[in-house]
Amino acid sequence: MSIQVIMSQALLGLNVGVFYAMLSLGLAVIFGLLNIINFAHGAMYMLGAFIALIGYSFLEQWFGISLQIGFWASLIVAPLLVGLLGVIIERTMLKRLYDLDHIYGLLLTFGITLILQGLFANYFNVSGTPYPGQPEVLSGVVNLGFMYFPTYRLFAIVFSLVVCFATWFFIEHTKLGSRLRAGVENPDLTQAFGLNVPLMVTLTFAFGAGLAGLAGVLAAPIYSVSPLMGADLIIVVFAVVVIGGMGSIMGAILSGLALGLVEGLTKVFYPPAANTVIFFLMVLVLLFRPAGLFGKEK
Amino acid sequence: MTNRILFIVMLVAGLTAPFFAYPVFVMDLLCFALFACAFNLLLGYAGLLSFGHAAFFGGAAYIAGYVTKEWGFGPLIGILTGTGFALVLGTLFGYLAIRRQGIYFAMVTLALAQIIYFLALQMPFTGGENGLQRIPRGDLFGFIDLNNDLAMYYFVFAIFLVGFGIIYRTIHSPFGEVLQAIRENESRALSLGYDIDHFKLMAFVLSATLAGMAGAAKAIIFQFASLTSAHWQTSGEVILMTLVGGLGTIFGPVLGAITVGALSHELSSFGSWVQVILGVIFVVCVMTFRRGIIGEFQHRLERRKNQRET
Repeated sequence: MSIQVIMSQALLGLNVGVFYAMLSLGLAVIFGLLNIINFAHGAMYMLGAFIALIGYSFLEQWFGISLQIGFWASLIVAPLLVGLLGVIIERTMLKRLYDLDHIYGLLLTFGITLILQGLFANYFNVSGTPYPGQPEVLSGVVNLGFMYFPTYRLFAIVFSLVVCFATWFFIEHTKLGSRLRAGVENPDLTQAFGLNVPLMVTLTFAFGAGLAGLAGVLAAPIYSVSPLMGADLIIVVFAVVVIGGMGSIMGAILSGLALGLVEGLTKVFYPPAANTVIFFLMVLVLLFRPAGLFGKEK
Repeated sequence: MTNRILFIVMLVAGLTAPFFAYPVFVMDLLCFALFACAFNLLLGYAGLLSFGHAAFFGGAAYIAGYVTKEWGFGPLIGILTGTGFALVLGTLFGYLAIRRQGIYFAMVTLALAQIIYFLALQMPFTGGENGLQRIPRGDLFGFIDLNNDLAMYYFVFAIFLVGFGIIYRTIHSPFGEVLQAIRENESRALSLGYDIDHFKLMAFVLSATLAGMAGAAKAIIFQFASLTSAHWQTSGEVILMTLVGGLGTIFGPVLGAITVGALSHELSSFGSWVQVILGVIFVVCVMTFRRGIIGEFQHRLERRKNQRET
């Protein structure tokens, strides 16, 4: 087995890893403030990809508007729209569940997942539609010195990493971020200091949703866009979150990246286990470090 | 008192159902009813939300199917083996999952169940995407031919009653009381000296085992074990059934399974809209109807009784 094969699978794994990182980061941010797990996170990822696809290929056909939303515009439009959906969901539904057992938030977002998935499955092929809007600049391959790698994938990795670390920096090192952390630590006291905690909660949920939408846009040119693309991913991300623990932002990012890498390498050394390796790692973590690698028991 | 009336209603309905409705359809409902009852034992009484019960339901179906089809054992042995498999798997998953609480518990069970799903997809003996087909129904005790739908029906109804009886006895035993104490206040139950993890694990194993029994029976009825049974959406469906019927009520899951099952059946011509409608019911239930049908009924009954007394 050549070093090239291993390196290219590692990079492909890292590519998957940045999606894991972005999604588990969103889940962790939402969990921190709202104490709920957003099952619909996968569906929002799917939604982001579909917004990009519809904006590029179907606007004219469906609505008769001669407008095409290109890839770059999608990177802004899709997260905003998905974030808006997040605002609506949080304001109209989740808000009423905060006093109840946290499992109701999970069940609600599960229901929303079914709705979104079912809606798209009515109009789009379950086996996937390719996204044709990949920009010209990002096509082709780049020479990394030791191997060639698709330009778009490299872009997706770098772009996602920048977004992840910007989020981390924002939360850990800015004034607004410190208010957010105060809200996580003690919402009542934060509110007493005159900060609008309900607004923070809404915006946080919207931000997490937007991140998922953004990941969806980035994934669209790589994978074919399908109604089920989020569902299978989100369960892996749940395992990532259990492994990493949701205590820290950096923990969520790093465990996402690392597990994507592990998955990629498993594809080289023992392909049949590539689907399940993360779940088995979760089992090991549960056995030896039940709170998760970066977690503190809550 | 209400429980006794409801039980008699259920018994009469169960015994006469195959004369009014298509027996295979009613058998399907019975399997899901038992599945939902088993799930309810865990969520409704022990307060543990498992998002991975499809692993036991679907896993047991594959094992039961394999044992009867490839090894030529009868349906009873097949179902018992499937159930036994669910017991072992439940012990394993339960041991791992109870290390985390609340929302993490749900995520862990979901992820563990996904292992079973992928194994079912990839292992050589499960038939991959096609599933395990043409499982023989065989003879019960050597002389009752289960290829007769009516005979099969009463066999399944008997299985359902056994499972239901076990759950009923468990809930109304001291063990069940402790489970409810843990659900209400885990720290207090711990301070009273109960070994909480032990109780949770027992509840998990029992729930998984009975879910497996339902899945194994389903494989024999339909002569087919498929990936759908092991898919996470099946785990979601059983949650919905329990929620619609009434979480933590004896008969709620049965009624919920019938409601959701009949609805999916009626709507099956609408394709993916079924999923949308189930999703909407999910959302509506969580937002406004958390007691479920039976729970709401009991609540009203109690309130009226209280009003009369005051």
